[in-house]
Order: sequence, then C-alpha cells, then structure tokens
Amino acid sequence: MAAPEGVRAGAEVRLQGLTKLFGPVVAVRDVSMTVPAGSFFTLLGPSGSGKTTTLMMIAGFVHPTHGVIAIDGSDVAALPPQKRDLGMVFQSYAVFPHLTVAKNVAFPLEIRHVPAAERRHRVGEALELVRLRGYEQRLPRQLSGGEQQRVALARALVFRPRVLLMDEPLGALDKKLRAHMQLELKAIQRQLHVTVIYVTHDQDEALTMSDRVAVMRDGRTEQIGAPAELYESPVSRFVADFVGDSNFVDAVVVSASADGRAVVRAEGGLELRGTARAPLQPGQRVVAAVRPEKIVAHEPLGADLNRCKGVVQQVVYAGDATRYSVAVGAAGTLIVKLQNRLASRPLAPGDLVALAWDPGDTRVFSHED
Amino acid sequence: MKTDGRHVWLLLPALLILGAFFVYPLFGILLRSVYKNGYTLESYRQVVRTAVYLTVLGKTFEMAALVTVSALLLGYPLAYVLATVRPRLARLLVVIVVLPFLTSIIVRTYAWMVLLGSNGVVNQYLVALGLTTAPLKLLYNRAGVVVGMTYVLLPFMVLTLASVMRGIDPALVRAAHSLGASRWEAFRRVFLPLSAPGIAGGTLLVFILSLGFFITPALMGGPSDIMIAMLIEREVEFTLNWSFASTLAVILLAVTLVGFAVYYRVMRLERLFEGLG
Repeated sequence: MAAPEGVRAGAEVRLQGLTKLFGPVVAVRDVSMTVPAGSFFTLLGPSGSGKTTTLMMIAGFVHPTHGVIAIDGSDVAALPPQKRDLGMVFQSYAVFPHLTVAKNVAFPLEIRHVPAAERRHRVGEALELVRLRGYEQRLPRQLSGGEQQRVALARALVFRPRVLLMDEPLGALDKKLRAHMQLELKAIQRQLHVTVIYVTHDQDEALTMSDRVAVMRDGRTEQIGAPAELYESPVSRFVADFVGDSNFVDAVVVSASADGRAVVRAEGGLELRGTARAPLQPGQRVVAAVRPEKIVAHEPLGADLNRCKGVVQQVVYAGDATRYSVAVGAAGTLIVKLQNRLASRPLAPGDLVALAWDPGDTRVFSHED
Repeated sequence: MKTDGRHVWLLLPALLILGAFFVYPLFGILLRSVYKNGYTLESYRQVVRTAVYLTVLGKTFEMAALVTVSALLLGYPLAYVLATVRPRLARLLVVIVVLPFLTSIIVRTYAWMVLLGSNGVVNQYLVALGLTTAPLKLLYNRAGVVVGMTYVLLPFMVLTLASVMRGIDPALVRAAHSLGASRWEAFRRVFLPLSAPGIAGGTLLVFILSLGFFITPALMGGPSDIMIAMLIEREVEFTLNWSFASTLAVILLAVTLVGFAVYYRVMRLERLFEGLG
C-alpha cells in the first residue's frame, strides 16, 4: 500500500453553511470550512460543541438541516453513507466481533466484489501498514484495544477511500499507547496522502497531529488555523483556555491603537501591554491572557516587557518543569511555568518574585470574543 | 470475574425448591412409569406397539416446529424494532408485548376462538372485502392451533431476541455502511449473525414450551391435532392410568432432551464456523 501505485490522493472536503437542528436544539450552526486535499484536519472542542455531529454529517449518518457538503467539488448531501466512499474509524472501534481480523479487513472489498486473489493481497498490505501481520486468523476478542483500533484503521483504509473520518479513535487507549498511535497515524496519513478529518476533545492530540485545527464551541467554529496559530494567536478567551493553559487577568483598556495594540490596567493598578484582534476603546472591560511558560522570573531582560511582582503561593513539581502560582496583588494569581534547568534556583512558597513577559505574548480579549 | 466458593450458599433456596418440587417428583414419575403392580416395562412396550402414540409424538414435534418458525418470522422484525427505537418508545412496546401475560391463557384462547370462528370478525372481514366467498375454516384445525400457540408464545421469542439485539453496538451497523454495505448487506453480514444467539435462545425456548402445550391445542385444534400433553391428560383424568401417563411424560422428556443436545451441538458448531469462516 505504498503511495505511488493505486492510491488516490485525498479529496478536498468543503463545508458551506452547515447547520443541524435536533428539534429546537441547534447542534451545529452555520459551519463553513475547507479541508485541503491530503491534509490532517482536526475538529477540536468540548463535548456538546457539535464536532461529532459535523463529522456524522460528512459521513452521511446525520442529515444536515441546511448547508452543503462537497467532496472534491461535488455535493454529497443526497448520498447515503455507503455511497460516499469515505473510510471511518469509530470511537468504540466497531470491529465486527464475529469476524476474524482478515475477514474484518476484507469486508469492504467483499462488498465491492474485489476478486479473491486481489482481496488477499490488499488485506495483507493493509495489515502490514498497521503492523498486524500474523494476526489474520485472530478474533477481535483476542486482541487488545490498541490492536482492535489498528484493525479498524486497516479496514477503513483497505478500500482506498478519498477521505478518512475518525471519531475520537484513541479516546479509550492509555496515555503511552495513545502517544504511540498518534505518531503512527500521522505517518500513515503522510504515506497515503489521504485526507483525514479527525474529531477529538484532546488539545494535545490536536496540536501534535494536525495540519489545521477547527476549534468548535456551541455548534460554531470559533477559530480555524494551524496548531501554532491557535496556540500563539487565539482569537478568543475560549480558544486561549481550551488550547493549552492561559492566565486570565480582568482589566480595563487605558489606551488603544488602531492595529489592536493596547495598554490595559488590572485591578490594583498593574498595567499590561498586549494585542487584541480588533481595535479596542479606552474604558472597555477586557481580559488579558498570557501562557504560563511565557513568563520569566529573575531575568532582567529588555525594558520593553510587562512586569509585575508577586509572592509564590504554591509549587507543583512536574519533572521537566515546575508550576508556581504567584499572587500578584489585586490582579489575582498567575500560573508561571519555569523549566527546571541546571542553573535554575527553585522558588519556595513565600518567596518574593519579579515576573516579566513579552507584550507580544499577551492577548487581549473583549468580552464579545 | 472472580468465582470463589464463598457465595455458593446463595444458591441454596433455589436448589431446595428445585429439588423438592421438580427433581423429586420427576423421580416419582420415572418410577411410576416402570411400576404397575410390580416393576415392568409394559407401558413402554405398549407405546412402541401402538402406532398412535408415536404418531402423536411426531405430530407434537411437527406442531412445535411450525409454531417456532412462525413465532420467529413474526417476532424477529418486532424484536428489531423494539431493540432499535428510542428507549421510551421501547419501554412502551415491551409493556404491550408483555400485556397478554396479565390475562389468563384460557380467556385469551377463547378470545381467539371468537375471532377465528366461521362467523368471527376475521371471516366477516374476509368475506366483506371479497377476498373469499365462503367463510374459511380457521378453527378446529392445524391453522387454528398454530395461530393460537404462536400468539401465546410470541412474547418469549420477542423478549429473548430483543435482549440480544439490544446488546449489538449500533456503531457496528454504521461501520458496515461506512465500508460500503447497503442496508440489506449490513443486516445480512453484521446484524443477523450477531443476533444468532437470540435466534438460538428464542427458538429453543418456544420449541420446548410448545412441546408441552395443552390448553390451546385442546380448545382450538381439530380431532387430528392431538398433542402429547393432551394424551397425558386423558390418561390422568379419564382412564386413571397414571403409570401410562408417566411413561408418556418420560418419553416426551427424553426426546426433548435429545433434541436439546443435538441443537446445542449444532449451535456450538456454528459458532466455531463463524470463527474460522
């Protein structure tokens, strides 16, 4: 199953104004996005954000109330799931328990009346791809969760679908195995050039695997972008909070320029500089956000930094780094993540500490964001 | 699951009841079947000598098989709906399926006799709709017995099937669709084989219950639809030949057990095939 022979490059998937109502409940609201051909695209969101419903609409199991789903330019809204030619991997694996591994993987080929000899060949290739050679005659109940998930993956890829849909496929695996499967999935996706649409609520998974991520909230897309874009320039407090960790400080705008840069003042007079997505008005109530690892302590860097002093309250040691919670007066508490480097001097509760970070790492959100 | 012997005593009440009211009387029947003024196999010889008993036994099995098949054909779609609709609707349907159990079997059988009689509702409609010119004979023949027994035994089939079907992960059928299977293919290749244990359990239950049926065939059957339970009843009630009644009962039990053993083997083998298939 090497890429050159016989593998169709992935298809582009375009969603336009996709909406799904379940009675009065809006599950998905006006979602539009383009998934580039051959890319790894993730729908990321908490439960109830509409990510799975969106995936199920692409798969054809849920009918959209309005909107267009186009695969390589042609609208598939009228096609039932079995005519869409999309591979799908389910959260519960959905490996057929009454069929052997080989029979499971051969299933889509049998449905398509692929001749027996070619079927055997392709089942072999697919099992090779997921490294399950030698497991042909096993029954699913004789396999571990990770192995069952590989069977499901081989089965979804063996008929060379244009798009592979995955619904929280690694959710049931333990942490180590999950990290391993993430790498393998990514490698397989690169090798086959298949378009992957991946649903998860795990932001680590989304950041490490995806070319692009759509963050979903309450049935809408909150932000679509590359992982670094989401992490470095979140458009809203929700994204800043959901993707990675952030400190949030309530503040009022002191002065603002047309390019979005602003000076804000927190409770207690702490002034911070940061950047907003859109120009702000002086006097407007906002939230300033900064990620724990962007803050440094004890390092007299350049003058152009946000600075504050605080008292260490809690120390949480995490091996490679230590997280400190630092009370910075009336502005509240900041979480600061410092790498445990050789020379670093550990802080203890009660220590007075000077903190600093780059205004460029400070995002300012208005309350509408 | 851990099975240490500590909780075995919980079985005791059930075992005591089974022993006192089932195993002990069973031995009594066994004993009586070979005892009539001294130990003798005379009753068994009589059964073998007289063609009518074997014929009735054969008819009993035939009837049980007919009822089992019709209960399966009617019950499978019903169970499928029951297992796949929304939970609230499913609960309502279960109540409807179980409701007939709340009425006496005799009342229900008489109700069917009213419906199926030559002036009954069914015939009146058939004639009115022009589907038949004269009333059909739906009662006091095999058709009547099959209808009546299927009606009584259908819930056993439906509930057994539905409990297995409810255990089938709906994602499996979806997976089949996503892999290109049409509705029919998904049903045939995935749902049907996974519901096989329910089919096995339901048919076995209905078949065994059918073998001992008495009231329905007695009331709704014709002179040629005698089942073995009716013969046993006659020996007990009228000829007072308890020894012979016991013999018939033992034979019914023995044949049923043999049938069960064969069936069990077949189902087990089928499982094995699935694995190798």
